[in-house]
Amino acid sequence: MRLVILDDYDLASEWAAKYIRNRIIQFKPTADRFFTLGLPTGSTPLGCYRKLIEYHKNGDLSFKYVKTFNMDEYVGLPRDHPESYHSYMWNNFFKHTDIEPQNTHILDGNASNLQAECEAFEQKITAAGGIELFVGGIGPDGHIAFNEPGSSLVSRTRVKTLAKDTIVANARFFGNNLSKVPTMTLTVGVGTVMDAREVMILITGAHKAFALYKAIEEGVNHMWTVSAFQQHPRTIFVCDEDATLELRVKTVKYFKGLMHVHNQLVDPMLTVKDYMD
Amino acid sequence: MREVFFGDAERVTSVAPRLSARRESPGTTTADSARDTPYSTDFLANTSERSIRVKVCELTGVLKCRGGISGEMPSNKSVSDAPITQFVNCRILKDHKLQREDLWVREGKILNPEKLFFDEQGFADHKVDCENKIIAPGFIDVQINGGYGIDFSQASSDIRGGVALVAKKILEHGVTSFCPTLVTSPPHIYHKVIPELKVQDGGPEGAGVLGIHLEGPFISEEKRGAHPPKFLRTFKGGGVADLMETYGRLDNVAMVTLAPELANSAAAIHELSGRGIAVSLGHSMADLSQAEEAVQNGATFITHLFNAMLPFHHRDPGIVGLLTSDRVPPGQTVYYGMIADGIHTHPAALRIAHRAHPAGLVLVTDAVTAMGLPPGQHTLGQQQIDIQGLHAYVAGTTTLSGSIATMDMCVRHFREVSGCTVEAALEAASLHPAQLLGISHRKGTLEYGTDADFVVLDDTLTVRETYIAGQQVWRK
Repeated sequence: MRLVILDDYDLASEWAAKYIRNRIIQFKPTADRFFTLGLPTGSTPLGCYRKLIEYHKNGDLSFKYVKTFNMDEYVGLPRDHPESYHSYMWNNFFKHTDIEPQNTHILDGNASNLQAECEAFEQKITAAGGIELFVGGIGPDGHIAFNEPGSSLVSRTRVKTLAKDTIVANARFFGNNLSKVPTMTLTVGVGTVMDAREVMILITGAHKAFALYKAIEEGVNHMWTVSAFQQHPRTIFVCDEDATLELRVKTVKYFKGLMHVHNQLVDPMLTVKDYMD
Repeated sequence: MREVFFGDAERVTSVAPRLSARRESPGTTTADSARDTPYSTDFLANTSERSIRVKVCELTGVLKCRGGISGEMPSNKSVSDAPITQFVNCRILKDHKLQREDLWVREGKILNPEKLFFDEQGFADHKVDCENKIIAPGFIDVQINGGYGIDFSQASSDIRGGVALVAKKILEHGVTSFCPTLVTSPPHIYHKVIPELKVQDGGPEGAGVLGIHLEGPFISEEKRGAHPPKFLRTFKGGGVADLMETYGRLDNVAMVTLAPELANSAAAIHELSGRGIAVSLGHSMADLSQAEEAVQNGATFITHLFNAMLPFHHRDPGIVGLLTSDRVPPGQTVYYGMIADGIHTHPAALRIAHRAHPAGLVLVTDAVTAMGLPPGQHTLGQQQIDIQGLHAYVAGTTTLSGSIATMDMCVRHFREVSGCTVEAALEAASLHPAQLLGISHRKGTLEYGTDADFVVLDDTLTVRETYIAGQQVWRK
């Protein structure tokens, strides 16, 4: 894996956004060959989305030939509820960019047959040619998407019941009222994300430090599902200083020492203006 | 089969996959997108001509292509294929705040872009760059007696033409809907004029008529102001009989101003509010308890607060006391009109009213025939008036006879002297009058599904463009 450590949340968000930008532009997506991007929700990626929107508004990045697949969505929450992940993606990303609606894919938590919805989602990913880059976050309990502790590390898209930890963590979006937080979600499986050609996990904040430690310094364990990515050939963990607080000094020093190599991935920054015909 | 013309071959190749992505209904998914294409995409990919005609099968919904309008992709909405306009780079008045959001319009209504994106997978056909200007709901003037030489209270030979002229001119002031006002007049005038002033939608021809405001004749003699004394009336007995005898008919009427201290007014108030006509208290000598009783019977508005009523007294607040009355039925709001022209009300009085009851403040122009005309003598109702600068007097007296300020001037003046927020000033001219008339579900806001009547303003609150039903009807 690459462990990219930046000083603070803003710098980490910016590094991640630059990486995504360079990857998309380098790929030179066209109408016949879309760039498929897996996307997360939550508070961690907000800074990254803001930077991506900024790049788009400056004319340096276009999402016209990008297909997106979101990781998860609540079950039973109306699609236009302000806390649904559809609303999140619309307000924080889609409405500010030139992405086309039919190229976005979010699981439908109100489908009449949830099982069929999950299977269809997997097939859509396959039809799109697989995910080129899956961006994700990590829960305080080490979960990737909503693959709570105990989820199979080869799982596929399915319905999951949320762990107490996650419900408590999400209560802040529902007026701190635990009874209003949805208890079930549709989520991509650990296996689904592992199928992506590259995975980038964003981890910021001291409250995620222990989960990061468990994910990268301990063994592969279904209790900390992010640890599955130790067995993925191309994973990048992007974090800020606070997220490294539970790691060994040796680990942090080693990867900080590699920052000049990591930075070659984002410097020089490519722009789509150079590729306009 | 339907013929579709494509702008160029590049767009064609991106349309075919889109055909296959069409869904039967929102929310369901097609497992195998390839199954839905009626033909393979290779045929289109190999085409080298710059523009081709392609016959496509009509699938669920309608596929239409408008190549080249704004360089955007073809539209493929499933609910309607009417063009969608997106106003970008603007600040819109939404949820009582000016927010950096785009405004989407389709078929004359404000469109919900999130629903469009997810349910219809649609996008804008045209984008309009507002250059960081403000977009506010169109202004609504509930008290305007005429203008540009037109007097609504005159039974002229072309009443409709007169209304149409004013309706067209006030678009320049940002007014998209209004209530033509008739001052105290003899019954034959009402019988002639009321049927001609029909409720109608606005458009490029002019602002919409929401209904007539009948100011009088059931008002107080002492507080008649500029209204001619010989045509004042009282309620003889039954509410309906007096109203019908005087006015002739009440359809097309949106509001009636009366003095509640007149005997038997309660029956009239009941009758009018029962018909959905707003009852306003004005030109009255009523004390607070008489006014409160009228509100309990259904009155919801005060005609030009402070003017033509008893002044506020600390032991006898009069109608002005309604602003802070504790006898207003729960859930009901008392609205009050203010002529913020700098002449009819002292700025300090305006501030007192605004601070006491900001949610009820409704800006009105009470504009007279002479509004928009040069200084001199003109006719209002059955009387002569005299224009001197920004003042309009009853000829030969110092009694004010309506104002000649325009609505946008009132908005600016109100903001300046009250120190209120831009949002509050704009809402006083749009949201509050709509709430007063009970039409805020379709006018006076920029909520999704409401009529797309709005104004584009710069930071000095000068009107730059006016839109009705999403169509630009005036620009500076």
